[in-house]
Amino acid sequence: MEGILFWFLALVLLGSAVAVITNRSPVASALSLVTMILALAGLFGLLGAYFLAAIQVWVYAGAVMVLFLFIIMLLDLKAEEGMPLRALGVGAGLFLVLFLGVGIWHAIPASAWEANGLRAAVSNDAASIGHLLFGAYVLPFEAVGFLLLVAMVGVIVLSKRDV
Amino acid sequence: MGTPTLGHYLVLSGLLFTIGLAGVIVRRDLLIMYMCLEIMLNAANLSLVAFSRFSQQVRGQVLVFFVITVAAVEVAVGLALLVSLYRMKRTTKAEEITALKF
Repeated sequence: MEGILFWFLALVLLGSAVAVITNRSPVASALSLVTMILALAGLFGLLGAYFLAAIQVWVYAGAVMVLFLFIIMLLDLKAEEGMPLRALGVGAGLFLVLFLGVGIWHAIPASAWEANGLRAAVSNDAASIGHLLFGAYVLPFEAVGFLLLVAMVGVIVLSKRDV
Repeated sequence: MGTPTLGHYLVLSGLLFTIGLAGVIVRRDLLIMYMCLEIMLNAANLSLVAFSRFSQQVRGQVLVFFVITVAAVEVAVGLALLVSLYRMKRTTKAEEITALKF
């Protein structure tokens, strides 16, 4: 069951990620990105990270995607017109992708393929993440909170015509 | 159709990262390039969660939590920059923004 679910979600994930970059229309790209994010949330759930799956749906599929769609509507972006592909560019791109792919493939140790590597998921993951966030990682947590404040002020400054 | 191992998740994450990188290179619209950056961040998150699951450590998930927060900040500031750029140049195409070109 877990295997079938994994392959299904992986297929949706990669298919929608490809659709993000092949769609000409920005709205279609944004909707493909939502599909990708939801598939990734499903994979997080499959890995037992239920808290992160929920955060993924709230923050990404909710807040970030609304922001993207809002900007697309605001700027009234048109579909990108096609540009002829040059052989050199396609060749360089394929080389880069192959180079990176082979590098990633070799970076994975053989022990990663052992099926017995999977043990029981961490139970009650939200509680243990909370204990870590407000215990060992309380300083980074506060720093991230401050970063959010800085971003909020920065966005207001950028959006106002004359401050 | 056996149980997926850590290797499956890592290959999936690598493929996703490669698709995101290809998108940043291929597309010329800054907004779509932002979306592809999000794809790459999500690919890194997937491998972090997979490592966290297979090594029984919750700390990896804490790192993913921070990455998601910083990605949200990045999108907010990036899109604000995009809007103010659009006000000046009336375009979001990467090749038409050449103010710093020598």
